[in-house]
Amino acid sequence: MNRTRASGRTVGGLRTLSLQAPAVSLLLLWMIVPLGMTIWFSFQRYNLLMPGMTGFAGLENYEYLLTDPALWSAMGTTLLLVGSVLVITVVGGTLLAVLFQQEFAGRGIARVLAISPFFVMPTVSALVWKNMMMHPSNGVLAWLAQSLGLPALDWFSSLPLTSIIIIVSWQWLPFALLILLTAMQSLDEDQVEAARMDGAGPLAIFFFITLPHLKRAISVVIMIEMIFLLTIFAEIFVTTSGGPGLATTNLAYLIYIQALLDFDVGMASAGGVIAIILANIVAIFLVRMVAKNLED
Amino acid sequence: MRLARHLPVTTLAAAIAVAGQAHAQTEITVATVNNNDMVIMQSLTDAFEQAHPDITLDWVVLEENVLRQRMTTDIATGGGQFDVMTIGTYEVPIWAERGWLEPLENLPDDYNEDDLLASVRDGLSLDGTLHALPFYAESSMMYYRTDLFEQAGIEMPEQPTWEQVRDWAEQLHGTEENLAGICLRGKPGWGENMAFVSTLVNTFGGRWFDEQWNPELNSEAWNNAIAFYVDLLSNYGPPGASSNGFNENLALFSRGNCAMWVDATSAAGKLYDENESDVANTLGFAPAPIAETPKGSHWLWSWALAIPASSEHKEAAQQFITWATSQEYIKLVGETNGWTSVPPGTRESTYANEQYVDAAPFADFVLNAIQEADPTDSSLEPNPYVGVQFVGIPEFQSIGTQVGQTIAAALTGDTSVTQALDSAQRATERTMQRAGYIER
Repeated sequence: MNRTRASGRTVGGLRTLSLQAPAVSLLLLWMIVPLGMTIWFSFQRYNLLMPGMTGFAGLENYEYLLTDPALWSAMGTTLLLVGSVLVITVVGGTLLAVLFQQEFAGRGIARVLAISPFFVMPTVSALVWKNMMMHPSNGVLAWLAQSLGLPALDWFSSLPLTSIIIIVSWQWLPFALLILLTAMQSLDEDQVEAARMDGAGPLAIFFFITLPHLKRAISVVIMIEMIFLLTIFAEIFVTTSGGPGLATTNLAYLIYIQALLDFDVGMASAGGVIAIILANIVAIFLVRMVAKNLED
Repeated sequence: MRLARHLPVTTLAAAIAVAGQAHAQTEITVATVNNNDMVIMQSLTDAFEQAHPDITLDWVVLEENVLRQRMTTDIATGGGQFDVMTIGTYEVPIWAERGWLEPLENLPDDYNEDDLLASVRDGLSLDGTLHALPFYAESSMMYYRTDLFEQAGIEMPEQPTWEQVRDWAEQLHGTEENLAGICLRGKPGWGENMAFVSTLVNTFGGRWFDEQWNPELNSEAWNNAIAFYVDLLSNYGPPGASSNGFNENLALFSRGNCAMWVDATSAAGKLYDENESDVANTLGFAPAPIAETPKGSHWLWSWALAIPASSEHKEAAQQFITWATSQEYIKLVGETNGWTSVPPGTRESTYANEQYVDAAPFADFVLNAIQEADPTDSSLEPNPYVGVQFVGIPEFQSIGTQVGQTIAAALTGDTSVTQALDSAQRATERTMQRAGYIER
């Protein structure tokens, strides 16, 4: 017994490692097996409907994918969607955070109401927007337009991507608001008071005190939202099914089409690998930016 | 089996007790579509279980597209989740050829296989052997509101043409509040807008592929047909037409919001039911309109029940599918749900039944349309494929979905018709090259 304990002490590093090993290897497997399989499938000729056509495909899947105009259109849509929603939620969230920081009657209730859209499931909110808000004959927006004497707009066919951006922003604005409001609460009131006594107007206070104070929170919001927005799917699936044409097909939806409508596992895996690469490129830039902000 | 049949299986407790014995209960999982007729089938579960006390049914009822995804992934990977699958004329020959479906060779004599309509039966057979049993079958036809036609003084000819339909739509559009001249499918998908669009292209003289499998989507006939469709539907269609599929149009027409509608014959039963439709008393019907040629102007489809080869309860599954497609089942539905709710288009005996023919004035009409549609000769020029409103090759799901999206984009004005068809042509060429039908 003594000997084991003694040897345990001398080779402590090794022993800790052996205790950590199961957890670490499980985590590694958790990550590497699906990734490895995706990469493996992306080099295979593998279509569920063609059991006879199997085997190594080389770069064929990638070749077809990269020469497919749908891929580039989907990449553009993805970036446009993520970019627009980020701008809307960050700008809107900041303004709303400043607003909800003010004292007014019923502030608590107003805050809860403003934050609540975030707790609605994506499929549910997409259905609500599709059938109750944007529907060309039964929707609230059509009713509003008609009572103003304007023709009702068929949102999902005339402005498909804009409609998706509106729905997604409606969902994520509360998230930005929540984080930024929390950050606002740590703002030093004395500093604001001092600035005001020195004669600074509300705009100057906002740009020189509030905004720099919110910088870190904003970069966190951008990073978290970006991760989730790259994979937006439910809203598109429920409302436009990626169309009309390719107008609202983002990368996630394109992979879905290939995997579950065309049953082409090989192509879908190649699409998945490209999505991973894209996400990593975005992540490298983001992590750098956020890290820099957090260091300051 | 005989022993189990005599056991008093009246309560759940008894059922569980029986499950533990030698003559165990078999539970079969039935995957089906949430269409009206299948919902009726599900509601008759008790009737089946009483007649077959050793079998219980477990239902998976889903929307068509979702169901198709689940079934395809299950059967292609040999998952064995389902014992009975609801599939259509498109899937049966393709899946049967891959050995995914159980051939149905030893059907009981009282099933009356010869009573099945020949065109429907052929569509579900591979080398003369049935691989699925037809639950209901349909073609397409035109519905219209007789009150509006009378008011406007329009007489419906025996065979309307698309040119006439356009003029009528123009005349009737907006004559009542929220009234569209015509409702047609616009929702993308090979089983949604492309089913209709394919028949339109056929009658305009076009085809999907030439005899060497070269796609012909940018041909003159396609251009004429799609330009006509886009013009007709965007000028005289309901708002939001590009997201309307069969069910949406059915709701619109039965509420009286469309003057005309060209779609599946299976809607007739529901439209004639006064409890479900506001236009039951003013419903007129005519053959699907034609343009250059009558060939392929109306489709042929049947929903059928099949047993996947991966099922572990094939015998019980066969008992179920023969029950659900039998003459007795049709009689049962007629007696419990009314004769217009009977699953149409599968058996000659249905059309020989006076009770059905009396209740459903459209009966002969539908029978005729189903018998006339010829999947092996659907276009003006010869083509290498089987199918009127689809092409019977595995790649068609992918092609039809892509082209359907492009057509929907043309309908909303996102792209011009010529542009849309050019890009549809390119996409189809790529898919056909990849699958090895044509050289790069």
